[in-house]
Amino acid sequence: MTAAEQAGGLDARIVVRRPRFDLDLVLTAAPGEVVALLGPNGAGKSTALRALAGLTPLAGGHVRVDGRDLTRLPPDERRVGMVFQEYLLFPHMSALENVAFGPRAQGTGRREARRRAAEWLEHVGLAEQASARPRALSGGQAQRVALARALAVRPGLLLLDEPLSALDAHTRLEVRAALRRHLAGFAGAAVLVTHDPLDALTLADRLVVVEGGRLVQEGAPADVARHPRTPYVARLVGLNLFRGRADGGSVVIADGRLKIDAVASPEGDVFLAFEPSAVALYRSRPDGSPRNLWKARVAAVESRGDRFRIRLDGAGPDASGGDGPDASGGDGPQVSADVTAAAVAELGLAEGSPVWASVKATEVRVYPA
Amino acid sequence: MTVLRGRRARRGEAADRVRGRPPLVLMLPALVGLVFLVLPLAGLLVRAPWGTVGTRLGQPQVLEALRLSLVSATIATGLCLLFGVPLAWLLARVPFPGVRLVRALVTVPLVLPPVVGGVALLLVLGRRGLVGEWLDRAFGITLPFTTSGVVLAETFVAMPFLVISVEGALRAADTRFEEAAATLGAGRWTVFRRVTLPMAAPGVLAGAVLCWSRALGEFGATITFAGNFPGRTQTMPLAVYLALETDPQAAIVLSLVLLAVSVAVLVALRDRWTGAA
Repeated sequence: MTAAEQAGGLDARIVVRRPRFDLDLVLTAAPGEVVALLGPNGAGKSTALRALAGLTPLAGGHVRVDGRDLTRLPPDERRVGMVFQEYLLFPHMSALENVAFGPRAQGTGRREARRRAAEWLEHVGLAEQASARPRALSGGQAQRVALARALAVRPGLLLLDEPLSALDAHTRLEVRAALRRHLAGFAGAAVLVTHDPLDALTLADRLVVVEGGRLVQEGAPADVARHPRTPYVARLVGLNLFRGRADGGSVVIADGRLKIDAVASPEGDVFLAFEPSAVALYRSRPDGSPRNLWKARVAAVESRGDRFRIRLDGAGPDASGGDGPDASGGDGPQVSADVTAAAVAELGLAEGSPVWASVKATEVRVYPA
Repeated sequence: MTVLRGRRARRGEAADRVRGRPPLVLMLPALVGLVFLVLPLAGLLVRAPWGTVGTRLGQPQVLEALRLSLVSATIATGLCLLFGVPLAWLLARVPFPGVRLVRALVTVPLVLPPVVGGVALLLVLGRRGLVGEWLDRAFGITLPFTTSGVVLAETFVAMPFLVISVEGALRAADTRFEEAAATLGAGRWTVFRRVTLPMAAPGVLAGAVLCWSRALGEFGATITFAGNFPGRTQTMPLAVYLALETDPQAAIVLSLVLLAVSVAVLVALRDRWTGAA
């Protein structure tokens, strides 16, 4: 018996087999906990959610919510609330009727169902839109109606499939804050699918990263953000990530072509991560030979608001070469560096430019693989 | 939905961009086709004995035929809805072995000459028919050459129109709404009643209109299975045909009535119909 099973909440192992796709995921969530399923497109996040709701049949595993075995139950008997990506509000019903649909389907009388629906609409701040048809609602309002509709069935488990992805950036901000409040007030377990790191970091108590149908990393949002364990997660949180071997305070990465010193490091197989802004670029070999220096070549320059992201490749292990780096790259670590516009101009950075790159030992995080 | 809007917008742009004269090779046959469709109707209007229309329409025989036609077509449409909508749902939503065969069978009355349909109905439901004989003996129910027979013949011929139309609407509908309803605790019957059917309503309505029009104009199966008894089985199309031999002027007037009814139905439903399209 797992802890989640004893204490209620979600306890599931989801096995779904498709041609060319195989999902096998253990997923637990304590009552009141919000778990975010994070992963690239096609990782199986939405499939996992559909399987929990009973919309996609399981090839194996189990689904238990608050100790109740749902594995063989059809969706309408599961009492699992789901907020769909495009909300799927019934277009022929008013907002109130949409929210009242669940209680009605569960056998509540018409009047009582409508009263409860009105309460829920008020709870999400849409009392005035009760009689509006879905097409008259804004995206943010539709999202709230969808949430109220899912919560009105008093589910033991709440599922949210990309709940904010259909909204524009501005609405998203507001709705995210409101959603955060409602999730905090929800007593059951909640599973949220997203590919937006910000949604995951701000809404979830715990992240579960799925790639290729498998769990690749899980943990508290802050921990995942600081210690990514796959290139996908590293990209998501904007860190440079390498795997290497640590020996006496320095880490050998990129198949031994580069040695990076860190302030504190465990021994053995490790991950090594640092921020793009921690990377310094030079046109010629800097004086004083700072540690962690390597030759690189600019692969791409991208504008990112007030900064520029420089993608570097091609470095040699030989940091003691001539005065200027040669553009021999192609076999070194791929590193992202964030620099100012002034730096781009001063260094004359363009695709193919040879540069020297360095990262301070104090900015490098090393953790066991 | 956004995708759809985008596609429409793009199509609109394309229409703006592509100009120039429509090719004659298409315009000529198009015009011929249009004239061919409209001219007979115009002929009907031109040749109508407008002076005597009033008195002719007042004849009890005409009114009787009109009433019988409207009533039997409406009942037939009701039967088609009652049985055809679930049949369409079955074809669209329940995967079962032989579904393609069943779909083909359903459409057979569509391509079958109505007279053949009438003969087939006689063989099954006639007094000596496979089922008819038993109906007659067990319940004393006789169907051929009765008003019920008219309704049955019309239902047989018109039902495929409804089934095909509704099945198309159900297939085109987004089944994710049904999934959403299921997660809210609705069983399949509730889902059908409160989500599937209302969302397919425009398709059902269009199907019902087609079905009703087809039933109203039914001739071959009706005359074969139900005969031609004034007041009992003589519907408007039969009356028109009969009148053509004895009193051509009366035939024109009766035809005008049918035309008027058809146009009235089209106009009444036009907004809802085009709104659905």
